[in-house]
Amino acid sequence: MESFDYSPYLREKKFPLIWCAGCGHGIVMKAILRAIDRVGWDRDDMVMVSGIGCSSRMPGYVDFNTLHTTHGRAIPFATGVKMANPDLHVIVITGDGDATAIGGNHYIHAARRNIDLTVVLLNNSIYGMTGGQVSPTTPKGKRASTAPFGNFEASFNISGLAEAAGASFVARGTAYGAVQLSKYIEKALLKKGLSVVEAISPCPTVFGRRNAMRSPVEMYEDIHENSVSVKKAGTMTADDLEDKIITGVLTDIEKPEYTTEYKKLIATLGGSS
Amino acid sequence: MPVTKRDDRVRVMTGNEACAEAALAAGLKFFAGYPITPSSEIAEELSTKLPASGGKFIQMEDEISAMGAIIGASLAGAKSMTATSGPGFSLKQENIGYACITEVPCVIVNVMRGGPSTGLPTMPAQSDVMQARWGTHGDHPIIVLCPQSVAETIDLTVRAFSLTEKFRIPVILLMDETVGHISEKIRLPKYEELEIYERHKPTVPPEEYLPYRHTDNDIPEMATFGSGYRFHVTGLCHDETGFPTNNPVEIEKQMLRLNRKLERYRDEIIEVETAGDEDAEIGVFAYGSTARSAKRAMLMAQEKGIKTCFLRPRTMWPFPDLEVRAMGEKVRSIIVPEMNLGQIAHEVEWAVAGQAEVIKVNKISGEPISPPEILAAIEKAVK
Repeated sequence: MESFDYSPYLREKKFPLIWCAGCGHGIVMKAILRAIDRVGWDRDDMVMVSGIGCSSRMPGYVDFNTLHTTHGRAIPFATGVKMANPDLHVIVITGDGDATAIGGNHYIHAARRNIDLTVVLLNNSIYGMTGGQVSPTTPKGKRASTAPFGNFEASFNISGLAEAAGASFVARGTAYGAVQLSKYIEKALLKKGLSVVEAISPCPTVFGRRNAMRSPVEMYEDIHENSVSVKKAGTMTADDLEDKIITGVLTDIEKPEYTTEYKKLIATLGGSS
Repeated sequence: MPVTKRDDRVRVMTGNEACAEAALAAGLKFFAGYPITPSSEIAEELSTKLPASGGKFIQMEDEISAMGAIIGASLAGAKSMTATSGPGFSLKQENIGYACITEVPCVIVNVMRGGPSTGLPTMPAQSDVMQARWGTHGDHPIIVLCPQSVAETIDLTVRAFSLTEKFRIPVILLMDETVGHISEKIRLPKYEELEIYERHKPTVPPEEYLPYRHTDNDIPEMATFGSGYRFHVTGLCHDETGFPTNNPVEIEKQMLRLNRKLERYRDEIIEVETAGDEDAEIGVFAYGSTARSAKRAMLMAQEKGIKTCFLRPRTMWPFPDLEVRAMGEKVRSIIVPEMNLGQIAHEVEWAVAGQAEVIKVNKISGEPISPPEILAAIEKAVK
């Protein structure tokens, strides 16, 4: 991967990126592009759909069919694209606020439906674009611009949410472990069904500086030190796992996929699409 | 008795059924919806008929996602529609604005019920006529069609698809509960004879394609996702390339083009029905199911020797201001009956600009306005 050429996949004219120095989102974008390259899909058949927020600016930089929608609604728009043309490969780019606060309903129902979308959820535990407000994944006790005394709400396990709601593939990786992350994304792309890859991505600018982690290096090291593989996590107690990031493939099951089932219904009824 | 040949195009159906039937005839390929009274029958009909004709139906988790899904499907090439009523229409507004700024063709049916809030789910009202025009934030173009009967629901549903595909402006089919639920005998059109407009696709090679090009006709060509034209779509203000811009010149250029489409194609979009006396003293302006009472009232007034005329917008927005003005120049008073507290009456007043008195007849009790109620207003005005 040292010499990987990203340029065929990028709209370099749109650079520089909107993301701040030290942000993990560029690392996640590169992990996605390497995964797409290994899978070998044609750019014309790829659709990248996003909502609103820092991560949701990604579609502007990649040379696919790209759709930057309204806050929280990437999954519904993507559902429409996929149903209208199931031959398209549809990737949803979203963040913790976009997918699990304002868009939480769509996130769980897409998982229940098991429609063939690959959701890459960049979790930076904060609303970055609007200046650092508390999000559903801000850890307890951490500060945000709207949690000046420390967050006292419980935070979501958003991978667990997707698993419980019926997603056929769920994995968690980090911007620190970019090689593994890219492997999870590759598996997710190839999975026929709703797949979620939660990518832990640091936000030094508006999360770190409020929480005594001003330096990006510190934040990456923090992610690294707190990451535990799913295998190792199996040997640890719940108390030990408190505040840990469990990485790896969390769910990988076979179940009927929505657009495939719909196609069968059309065939049964004698319709032709 | 002579034996008449059976006409196999004659049906008895409701407005909601007619809407589903006509949407399929117009080439509907994707419907996303959410259950809500009094529009649910449209979704129910299409859940059966769409897959049988090779199209797709999905019941989404909420109104917002149904609106998002039809925009996504339209970008992937499918003629798309959703249907809802008052509260659901409120929820869809943000994504309707998205379809406006991104110029994605789609049809939104709103079978009006009483409001605000949960209001009157099973009773008629016409309380969303202003929301249909200005429900979403920002300056935007929108087309709103308003049928008065089951037969006209067929015509205007087909027309809604043609207008949205042609102009790349979302079209709202604004029915009311009475039109949605009334059963009427109709004669289906010959579908093969319907005028159906398909969207204009780019002919330039993909590398030259500008999705929001300033064309001579103000309507940029629309490529389909997956057709080899890779382009970017965003709800942010964008330039010709489709990418966001903060350049004031580019922003204004695009926004003016977007909104200019309505003025430029006004005469093609606006349709009205006129009736009554050329030398009328009193005019009646009414729409939707109320227009049927209003027309009856006009006939009753004429029987009593009152010269009366009638104007009914089939297109509610853009508002038929010139047509209303022409009526205002002719008559002394214009009676505007509507099942709200006078939303369109204000628009009529603006259009006639003081040339005629505008008299409101309003009802928000969930009951239709009867012909005698409108007649009473006519008689009072003529005294």
